[in-house]
Amino acid sequence: MTDIIGNIYVFMLAAFVGFEVIRRVSPLLHTPLMSLTNALDAIAVVGAIILVGEHKSGLATVLGTIAIVAATSNVVGGFLITDRMLRMFKASKTKKP
Amino acid sequence: MTTALVTDRAIQIIYLISTALFILSLKWLSSPSSARRGVRAGELGMLLAICATLLYRGIVDYKWIAIALVLGSIIGVPLGRVAMTAVPQRTALSHAFGALCVALVGTSEYYLRAPHVPAFMMAVLSMEVILGSLTFTGSLMAAGKLQEVLPQRPITYKGQNVVNLGLLAISVGLAVILVLNPGHTRLFPLIIAIPLVFGVLMIVPIGGADMPTVISLLNSYAGLSAAAMGFVLDSKLLIIAGALDGSSGFILSVIMSKAMNRSFTNVVFGAFGQVQPAAAGVAEARTVRSATAEEAASILGAANTVVIVPGYGMAVAQAQHKVREFYDALVKRGVDVKFAIHPVAGRMPGHMNVLLAEADIPYDKLLDMDEINPEFPQTDVALVIGANDVTNPAARNYPSSPIYGMPILDVDKAKTVMVIKRSMSPGFAGIDNPLYYLDKTLMLFGDAKAFVGDLVRELAGA
Repeated sequence: MTDIIGNIYVFMLAAFVGFEVIRRVSPLLHTPLMSLTNALDAIAVVGAIILVGEHKSGLATVLGTIAIVAATSNVVGGFLITDRMLRMFKASKTKKP
Repeated sequence: MTTALVTDRAIQIIYLISTALFILSLKWLSSPSSARRGVRAGELGMLLAICATLLYRGIVDYKWIAIALVLGSIIGVPLGRVAMTAVPQRTALSHAFGALCVALVGTSEYYLRAPHVPAFMMAVLSMEVILGSLTFTGSLMAAGKLQEVLPQRPITYKGQNVVNLGLLAISVGLAVILVLNPGHTRLFPLIIAIPLVFGVLMIVPIGGADMPTVISLLNSYAGLSAAAMGFVLDSKLLIIAGALDGSSGFILSVIMSKAMNRSFTNVVFGAFGQVQPAAAGVAEARTVRSATAEEAASILGAANTVVIVPGYGMAVAQAQHKVREFYDALVKRGVDVKFAIHPVAGRMPGHMNVLLAEADIPYDKLLDMDEINPEFPQTDVALVIGANDVTNPAARNYPSSPIYGMPILDVDKAKTVMVIKRSMSPGFAGIDNPLYYLDKTLMLFGDAKAFVGDLVRELAGA
């Protein structure tokens, strides 16, 4: 039996934390924000890994394998492009003589 | 404790650390100076979580996991190396991949557990699959429109909203039946198939100008579906990551809809493109003043302050690097140059900032709407490059205008306004822009990239 109410608490608190943290992100960085949250969201890959590893049915293994591919490409691509974008943001040189 | 228990505990503790790293990652993203540290934290959290999962003792076979991880990485690398102009469609595509993963895992979980699925579990499982499926096709459609492989014009037909809402209602109805009786395995494919169709139909009426809102909305759905998956798998790590992604998408959607003065429902259910240009006849009767690059350059070179207003047209013309040369030429002459970025300029949140940063324009020169608007009255020249509706004073002055009430950049308050535009044809929304007929407005007709290049040459020669 899973702890449903406990999980709902976790969800609610995480949503509030997300709201407060993300509200502070400057509009300047909204594109990297979206690509970063997208990469983090691909943590769903852990569910797919367990599904494939447990090998409970052929269907689960096939669908799970596709799921791992999709999520991993988000992890790799998402972090790569976020970092590439952030590297481009530079402050004015005139500020530091 | 047995070794098995120790491993389980260790996995749980690593997940806890990963969760903390994810939250820190987003916190550090709040400012450009610490943002890259944020990416490092996210990467570390992800790596730890994946490694910990591989220790899970229920795993009996690593072959397919390894193949899938390698294949995913191979696909991911080119997706991380796309050109900056392609970032909106890449983002839409990654929402599709995320949603696909969630929908597939949800489907497998259902068939592994049916018919013994508790009611709450079946409810979140249905939500996971419905949201995942509609986000998958919806995001693919959005990516297709952004990549221009699909027609970008909104396609509308009579009864569209009834059809769309009907499909959604049927999916929810079927989910309710499954919650009451999870044994109806034959109904389950329908709560995948119908949302897949809904996802396509949902994006059909969406036009380019609405893409920033729609991408944010799809981002939010992808997050929520992952959180639902967390409930199904009883994984707090997933619930938290999904909740963070969901709230991020939600906040961005709210910011984008506010910037267009529209509600969510209005974006999703009311296509912009069907608006009739109200005063086409009047528009033709009015005259505009145009100027050559030489004339424009002499005014710009003599100005003290210049504000550049970039829009999607700049991205289409790939003019950002020419704009950078233009910026350098003006700065060399001692002109104070800033950029005014409207929240919905471009095709996704923050699109213009990324393009200009790529062209090496310092980010402290990129100001958002609330920061720059008070400065327009003291601005000598406002130069609009490829933006239209976000500068339309009709949004402030004419209650009959379809965009009335939308917050705009007050370029009409600058002493001189210059607009680089291909022709006098109205913008995406088909709404005439009174800005172009003001006495202080000079129209610079031509391709954005070519014209800015001419300006650079004139400034260098003078």
